[in-house]
Order: sequence, then C-alpha cells, then structure tokens
Amino acid sequence: MTIAEMEKPNERGLQKVAANERLTFFGLTLPYLLMVTALIVIPVGWLFYLSFIGRDGSLSFENYERMMKSKAYIRIFLTTFKISILTTIICAAIGYPLAYFMSQLSRKWANICMIGVLIPFWTSLLVRTYAWLVLLQKKGLLNNMAIEMGLISEPIKIVHNTTGTLIGMVHIMLPFLILPLYANMRAIDKDTLKAASSLGATPTRAFWTVFFPLSLPGLLAGLLIVFVLCLGFYVTPAILGGGRVIMAAMKISSNIELYFSWGAASALGVVLLVVTGIILFIASKLVSMDQLGNR
Amino acid sequence: MNETSLNISIREVTKKYDQFYALKDVSLEINSGEFMTLLGPSGSGKTTLLMVLAGFTNPDYGSVKFGDEEVILKPPHLRGIGMVFQNYALFPHMTVEQNVGYPQKLRGVSTAETKRSVEEALSTVKLEGLGHRGINELSGGQRQRVALARAIVFKPKILLMDEPLSALDKKLREEMQIELRQLHDTLNMTTVYVTHDQKEALTMSDRITVINDGELMQLGRPNEIYEHPNNHFIADFIGESSLLPVTVRNGKASLNGEEVTLAEGAERSGDFLLVVRPEKAFLADKKVKGSNYFVGKLIDSIFQGESQLLVVKLSSRDDGHEVRVRVPNESVTQKALPLVGENVTIGLKVADSYVVS
Repeated sequence: MTIAEMEKPNERGLQKVAANERLTFFGLTLPYLLMVTALIVIPVGWLFYLSFIGRDGSLSFENYERMMKSKAYIRIFLTTFKISILTTIICAAIGYPLAYFMSQLSRKWANICMIGVLIPFWTSLLVRTYAWLVLLQKKGLLNNMAIEMGLISEPIKIVHNTTGTLIGMVHIMLPFLILPLYANMRAIDKDTLKAASSLGATPTRAFWTVFFPLSLPGLLAGLLIVFVLCLGFYVTPAILGGGRVIMAAMKISSNIELYFSWGAASALGVVLLVVTGIILFIASKLVSMDQLGNR
Repeated sequence: MNETSLNISIREVTKKYDQFYALKDVSLEINSGEFMTLLGPSGSGKTTLLMVLAGFTNPDYGSVKFGDEEVILKPPHLRGIGMVFQNYALFPHMTVEQNVGYPQKLRGVSTAETKRSVEEALSTVKLEGLGHRGINELSGGQRQRVALARAIVFKPKILLMDEPLSALDKKLREEMQIELRQLHDTLNMTTVYVTHDQKEALTMSDRITVINDGELMQLGRPNEIYEHPNNHFIADFIGESSLLPVTVRNGKASLNGEEVTLAEGAERSGDFLLVVRPEKAFLADKKVKGSNYFVGKLIDSIFQGESQLLVVKLSSRDDGHEVRVRVPNESVTQKALPLVGENVTIGLKVADSYVVS
C-alpha cells in the first residue's frame, strides 16, 4: 500500500460528522419547508390555475379580459395605489422625524419611546380601527371637541371616506416604517456626524450629506413594507372607508362572498401578486440586500 | 508663529459630571507646530480634553485659544481643525475620493482644485490610485490613511487625533507611529494626539502631557518624563519599573535598614519609593563603588527575544519585594545567566537611583 492510498487520521470519522451536521440543518428547516409548501405554494398555485378558468369551466383569459375592460376594476386599482402611496408618504413624513429623534436619545429613553410605538402595534387591528371610528364619526369625540372649542360650527366628515381611511391606515402602518428605520439609524456611527462637523459641515449640511444618505436603506425598507402591506389591506379601509373606498382586497372578498366568482377573485389576486413582485424587484435593485445587511 | 500652524492655549478647563471631575482646572500651552501627546489611562480625561478642543464637549468653564482667538463658544464646524477619530469615522456611502474631498466641497473649493488637493493628500498618506475604491474595500491601515488624508486635505492649522492607531495590529501600529511623526514634520501643523500607549507617546511626541483623574500630572519632553517622573503614578505608568519603599532621614535613604545612595531626592525626609527601571538594573558579580546593591533570589527568568527578563525577590526581614531586571540578549550574557532559585546580586548605579513620592 502506498502512502497516498493510506487513510489520513480520522478522515472518515470527520466526514461523517460533517454529513450529520448537514442532516441536522436540513431537519431544522423541514417543518418550515412543509408549511410553506402546504400553506403558500399549493394554494397560490391553485389560485393561479383558477384565474385561468372561465365561467363554463374551460381554460380561458376571460377573467383577465373583464378586468382590463371594466372601468370599475381600473378604478379599484387606481384607488388601491392612491391610498397605498398616500399612506406610505404620510408614514414617512411622520415616521422619519420620530425615528431620528429616537435614534438620538440614550438607549433607555429610546426604549421607552419604542414601547409607545409598539403598544398600538400589539393591540388588535380591529380594536384600533373601531376606536378610530368612534373618534372620527359625526358625533365622535373629535367633532364634539372642535365644535365646543368653536373651531367649527358643523361636524366635518372625516370618516367613511378617503380621509378616514388614510388616518386609520397611517396609524396602523407607522410601526412598520419606524422599526426598520430606527434600527438603521441606531447603527449609524455617530462619529461620522462629528467628523462631518469637524471638517466644516453645519449641522444641517452634516444631516443631508451624511446622516440622511446613511439612513436611506432603512427608509426604503420601511417604505417598501408599508406600501406592500397597504396594497393588500382589507379591514381598515372596509370599516373606515364606509364602502366608498374600495381597494383590491375588498373586491376580491366581494367577488367570492357575493358572486362566488373564484376565477375573478383569483385573477385580481394574481395581478396584485405580480405588481407586488415587480415593486419588490425594482426596490431590490435600488437597495441591494447587501447594503441593508451591511451595517 | 508661522502660517501653517497655530499655538493652543488652554486655561482652567473644568468639566464635572455629577460628583466626578472629568477635567479639573487643566491649563497648558501647546506651541505652534508642536506634536503634543495627551497620555493617560482610560477614563483619565484625555479624550474629554481633546473633545473640548474640537468643540464636541463644552466644559463648565475655562478658555481655549487657537492663536489669539478664543474658540470655546464656537461650534465645531467653525473651528477649522482637522480631526482623526479612533474608529476613523469615514463616510461609508462615499468613495475614498469623495471622503477626502468632502471638506473641500464644504468650503466651496473648485472641482479642479479639489481634485488636485485630494490627489496631493492621498499621495501624502501613500494611497495614490485608490481614490475610486469604496470604504468597505479597504484594510484597517488604509482606512486609517484615508481618515488622515481627509483631516489634512484642507490644510488645517491644528490636527487632533484620538487614539488613531489603537485598532491596528502591533507591527502596523509601530510603522504608522514613525510615519505619522514624519508626516507631522513635513506638514508642520500643531498636532494634539491622544493615546493610552506610553510607548507610542514616547516614540512620537515633542512633549507629553500626562493626565490622570482629570488632572494634569506632568508635562515635559519624553526623556524628561521617563527619566524624572514626578510621582509614583508616572514612574509606574511610563515604562516599566519596580517601586521599592525607602525611608529618607537626615539626607540618608534606607531600604529595609540597608543604606541606599541616591542621585537626587535625599533632601526631604519621609517615605518614598525607589524607582528601579529593569533595563538600568544589572546583575553584579562583585560590588564596586558608585552603585547600590540588592541581594535576592531569582524566582523567574523569562526569554522575551531581545532580552531576558529576570524577576528577583529581595531577601529581607519582611516579605521581600520583587525587582525586575532586563538583561540584553547578547550571547555572552545569555550563557552566564543564573538559574531560577539561585541567589543573585542586583546593582543599580547611583546616577540611576532616584525616589518618587
């Protein structure tokens, strides 16, 4: 036997150890893989298939054709995008200064503020939505107070319309924007701002040239989460919109519950899924996942 | 005062946090063009003092003048200083070139002039041709150089550095010490350098300010501080030393009842500490005049490359003190080294014998 053929010390044993480790890791991911397959891959595939089935049960594009031709559908998509974009913008306008403020506090005070952000986040969506209804309605707290203070003479309409929907949705979406943004801002090295200032930058200049660009990955991640969640949002627009604000998810629901039209509902779902996919794709080009992780 | 640098005048700067003084009545003059090191253990207040100079920390009271101008009320961005931070604080979203060009852009310098000055600064720190790199593509040493280039590109008259070499490995750190010193000699700006590394301070500085517990302990040239420490804290902190308790009465010093002849410090009576630098102590075969001698037992002998470190426990009535002796690595002395457990006699020249309180 030559030296090359001789077994190296413990070679086989160590190979076995490595193989066992791989098996363990696979075993740990198995429950998740099974769940994803059963609850996501199969149902989504089934919906996809249903969306190409016409009323007579044959393969056809009629569900999609109807969507393209119907003004109602186009209006629903426009509303969905309008509400989603507005909610996202308002969330950013409110959330960015708040996250910035929190990131400048000491850990202790920032954590206390964070609880303030998270308590609504932990409260039931339905409870919060009805609470807004109580606050905003014609004889609600807000209108009554404004009338008593003499700010207005007639109750103003701030619910069962776009305004009410936006107020509710912004409130519910805000934590989704703040959480990634705050984490990102926390990770920004404060010395970089000191450096900018020692090199001659005014506080405003230092903010726009150093802090803001470094917070962009967190901001984009937050915007993305909020926007995508808005696209498929159902409960809040249904309650606070009072039937006047119809978003895609509500149409899907009514297609099924009122018209038993699984094909039409599926087609809407597929379109929404594709649009979301495209947005995620574009966003991932803007901010590489790398950059999000590289903090 | 020349045109490339300014002197710094610090008067009575005091900063208190609750009951704790970060800085206590610190006054010192830093000459124009000088390389001044603020040296002290962590928490001593040296970084606080640097932050006061930069304008990031406001003292409770005190004055800081750059040249003739009082700057203590000025915000950092109007002080015109170059600063190098401990963790470099480079802008990760900018290239090397953009980082170095940042202060020029803020100053409204033309694109062509910015390009020229950035190239000059990069070549000063030996980073030519790396301008287009991203910060994440650089090694620690290269980042250090970018931070330096960014701090000197606008030719500030004062350069502040906060432990800039602490993140580098030993070999690179020692190279950079020499390089930074040479750079200072070329650019000639007043440099205030903070470190806790006494060897670094000795290597680089024109003068050293030793700070402890927020107070200025000693200010002097490196050799003054090393050869004539003011007190036992400095004797212990700067360089290696064994401190032996001696009693001085009527101009005569004694260690455990045996007389010790001092070069200086015998004027005052009281209890003092004899400073024994390991490299100044030597192994003695026979006693000759002009040296003090101590007898003890060798308890440890450590090979350290360039030298052999001997730990000797002095024989005395009470618990013997330990003295360290460094024997240079020469083939002759290596052969003649005593063995652990043997009795040895250590000599210390009278000229090297001094006490601190």
